[in-house]
Amino acid sequence: MSAHTQHGSHGSMGTLMTGFALAALLTIVPFALVMGEVQISRIAMIGLIMGLAAVQILVHLVFFLHVNRSAEGGWTLAASIFSVIILVIVLAGSLWVMHNMNENMMPMPDMDHMMTLQSQQG
Amino acid sequence: MTPFDATRAGAIPGLAAAQAHDHDHGAGHSSPTAIGFWIYLMSDCIIFGCLFATYAVLGGNYAGGPGPKDLFEPGFVAVETALLLISSVTFGLAMLKAEAGARGATMAWLVVTALFGAGFIGMEVYEFRHLVHIGAGPDRSAFLSAFFALVGTHGLHVTAGLIWLVTLLVQVGQRGLVPANMQRLSTLSMFWHFLDLVWIGVFSFVYLVRLI
Repeated sequence: MSAHTQHGSHGSMGTLMTGFALAALLTIVPFALVMGEVQISRIAMIGLIMGLAAVQILVHLVFFLHVNRSAEGGWTLAASIFSVIILVIVLAGSLWVMHNMNENMMPMPDMDHMMTLQSQQG
Repeated sequence: MTPFDATRAGAIPGLAAAQAHDHDHGAGHSSPTAIGFWIYLMSDCIIFGCLFATYAVLGGNYAGGPGPKDLFEPGFVAVETALLLISSVTFGLAMLKAEAGARGATMAWLVVTALFGAGFIGMEVYEFRHLVHIGAGPDRSAFLSAFFALVGTHGLHVTAGLIWLVTLLVQVGQRGLVPANMQRLSTLSMFWHFLDLVWIGVFSFVYLVRLI
């Protein structure tokens, strides 16, 4: 494998511009939803924004970073899938553990009162 | 071919050859730099993942201070996002020109990329200064600590990318598009596109979702 095949993996004008068009669309839609104050339910809005972000991350991986099954004999893809698994464990695990902890905390009725006092003093 | 076949058939002899030829990159054997740098990017990805998790956990703790709706301007973030996305595309154009061997055009697109990147960093520094000035610095609440840690780490990465970009401009200017410089350009292009990818998470999860 020479330098040419290695650097030849940067795609073409076509893939770059397709990626740009898709990424621009996937950026403009969520900003339009928030800035235009579109009337849909809060949950649907959050789902839509995060879903569009996930799709745009895939677009960047495929069209800009050229991740595919053949790049570096599959190692690039393997490493990416591995880090996605770690990310899911870290993100979902943190939220789950912290949610559980908040649910099971001993009730502290004076907490709000103490916070107000603190912020008044500080 | 599975990754494991690739190890047996390609990577190990390639590595041996790389050691034998020492610094003779890209002269007839595959270089381990691309995959090695990708592994670094994936570990960086996990650092960002931890910072995103921190923001997800602490993002609602305002300690009586200002919240996202008081502090974030969607229009401002939209311009930052546009600057970074366009800089990613102009870097792609620079790589296409570099592969075609057009040194002048490559350097021109790299300068355009650097200007867009500098514009992004300029806006971010302005935003941070403004937040600290109005008393919404990283010491104000857990929400703001998490915000500054995540967005600041991304900003530092982009700043490092800019320094790297200027260094490469000098090297390409002095030595042209030799194989060593092609490899450096290729590696920086991965880094630059990766930072744009992380920013997708930032503008969606840190800014937009909190402004609903």
